[in-house]
Amino acid sequence: MEIAIKVEGLSKKYRIGERLPYKTLREELIKFFKGEKKKEDEYIWTLKNVSFEIKKGEVVGIIGSNGAGKTTLLKILSRVTEPTEGYAEVYGRVGSLLEVGIGFHPELTGRENIYLNGAMLGMSKKEIGRKFDEIISFSEMEKFLDTPVKYYSSGMYVRLAFSVAAHLETDILLVDEVLAVGDISFQKKCLGKMGDITKEGRTVLFVSHNMGAIRSLCEKVIWLEKGKIKKIGNSEKITTEYEEIYTQKYGISSIRERDKEEIKGKKFYFKKVEIFDENGNSRVTFKYNEKIVLVVEPEGEIDEKYHIVFRIYDKHGIMLFSGASAELHNKYFEPDVKKIKIEIGPTNLTTGIYRIQLLLRKGKIQSGARDEIDIWENAMNFEITDCRPFETNWELQNPRDGIFVMNNKIYGIER
Amino acid sequence: MEKIIIKPSSKWGKLNLKDIFEFRELLFFLVWKDIKVKYKQTIFGIGWAILQPLFMMIIFTLFFGKLAKIPSDNIPYPVFSYTGLIIWSYFSNSLLFATESIVKHQNVITKIYFPKILLPLSSIISHLLDFIISFFVLILFLLFYKINPSINLIYFPLFLLIAVITAFSVSLYLSALNVYYRDVRYIMNFLIQVWFFLSPIAYSSSIVPERYRFLYGLNPMVGVIEGFRWCLLGKEITSIKMMYFSIFIILILFIGGIYFFKNMEKSFADVI
Repeated sequence: MEIAIKVEGLSKKYRIGERLPYKTLREELIKFFKGEKKKEDEYIWTLKNVSFEIKKGEVVGIIGSNGAGKTTLLKILSRVTEPTEGYAEVYGRVGSLLEVGIGFHPELTGRENIYLNGAMLGMSKKEIGRKFDEIISFSEMEKFLDTPVKYYSSGMYVRLAFSVAAHLETDILLVDEVLAVGDISFQKKCLGKMGDITKEGRTVLFVSHNMGAIRSLCEKVIWLEKGKIKKIGNSEKITTEYEEIYTQKYGISSIRERDKEEIKGKKFYFKKVEIFDENGNSRVTFKYNEKIVLVVEPEGEIDEKYHIVFRIYDKHGIMLFSGASAELHNKYFEPDVKKIKIEIGPTNLTTGIYRIQLLLRKGKIQSGARDEIDIWENAMNFEITDCRPFETNWELQNPRDGIFVMNNKIYGIER
Repeated sequence: MEKIIIKPSSKWGKLNLKDIFEFRELLFFLVWKDIKVKYKQTIFGIGWAILQPLFMMIIFTLFFGKLAKIPSDNIPYPVFSYTGLIIWSYFSNSLLFATESIVKHQNVITKIYFPKILLPLSSIISHLLDFIISFFVLILFLLFYKINPSINLIYFPLFLLIAVITAFSVSLYLSALNVYYRDVRYIMNFLIQVWFFLSPIAYSSSIVPERYRFLYGLNPMVGVIEGFRWCLLGKEITSIKMMYFSIFIILILFIGGIYFFKNMEKSFADVI
């Protein structure tokens, strides 16, 4: 079969701190006059000597923990950033969805933003015009087309943005975790659309933490770890292995602190998280219908207000629900707030192990530019035991009996 | 099928002008966006394009023309200064806007690929609309003062092009530097002010002593403004040598700027 992407010895080196806010001329001048030289240990390799081949029509998932180099790989392949060493050959037109809604301007209307965003993704004016009706009917936003997007809720915003992206017709599609946004039903629709895309015979590279999505969409998986390929091959086999190692490495403990490796080069980040029950006792196992309390401690320097998001995943990597201080509660924290309490529940999850992911963001949500400062992929695990809400005391287990408990009654009404 | 090779680029790589052509529709949309966004939520809207230079002209006429009696080479001072002011407004406004253009689009730069040079370029182009509108007012002035344009008028598009290239060239350096050092932002106001006084806007270049004219011509805006007054108002060119020198400087700035930008552009996504 024909080759779509060929990668040979690809490496990318970053200066530590280079991705942090700009330097000032003053710092540079001081450095210059002091004669400070750049030392080798000031660099980190986010990608080191990565080689692989992807055939035309293959759908390949890229997995790995945070900082493994997944996004860097996509950025190099989409030519956003240059590799330091190595090369890649890409055959065909490339579309990259590293984020949805790139270039959306809050003052412009939905209609105007569809055109602008489409052009940025590389669609021609004719192409956008041709697909315009399809895009708006997919987004289900006909009514708000002429409203400036600054009046949109974040859900509407994502809906419109994804609809444009979903209609991008390129030979190769590079997708970064863009599905982790929006409401569940729309996510499903997007996954469906993604499935359609993959059936059309296009080559897709898909980065995700959602093992469920990876398994259902991809036949092949590349597992990256610390910038190198750890494994490459059958998606079912590798994702299972990945999950096993994941749960071993991150066993259950009620206090978690961040690895030095993970916060390297970050100015403001999550340092620590603790989990309690509602009476303040440290606990990692909870019964059905109990409350869960998290105390999160960010650390470092930040020059503006920040907000946080938490997400809960099941062991298949499917996001069950999320909470957000800004989007849901309009809460932005002052830079000196260094301890935050999150109360969740009472839970209605079935018996099983769940994972909490934490995100640190800055910027006003209305502007659409929500800058991710830090993601803590495996902030905490907790277990739900003893989920027996019904009178028979039957234990509802994840995944056998589903994920959530919902009250129900069943009775005969006619004989 | 299209084949793209991705590898570390050499220091003085190819200019890749083909790329700019391929992304011409994006350039169109960027210009369109700049214009749309600029006047949303303003009361006067596009009227600001006229009001700004008009008010400046009134103040200049009062203080420099009437009180200080600055010579304007036998051209009514209001028209004389307004001609300089509209081209200066275009230059300074588009330059300020273009300098911020890359930093303003950092969210885009770190997420998709396109020739970054389109960002300052679109800022420079979109401001032409303001210029054209204020230019119509100039035509009214010419009618009012009964100044008949000469055959030189055919050179007007050429001088306008030179003005565009000047603003674009300077913005190539400043917008790229602004990515690395946000000090540029603070230097801008100062730079624009100094540059204003070093350009023949409120005064005529004929007041510059003969022996300094060569030095004076180092300022590319001298050539631009002189050229405008020459082809629109029929003002005599103070020194043809100074003028050619000015245009020569612009060309050097332009070519240097393109290479400078090209060289800086590849690490924008990493440092921004």
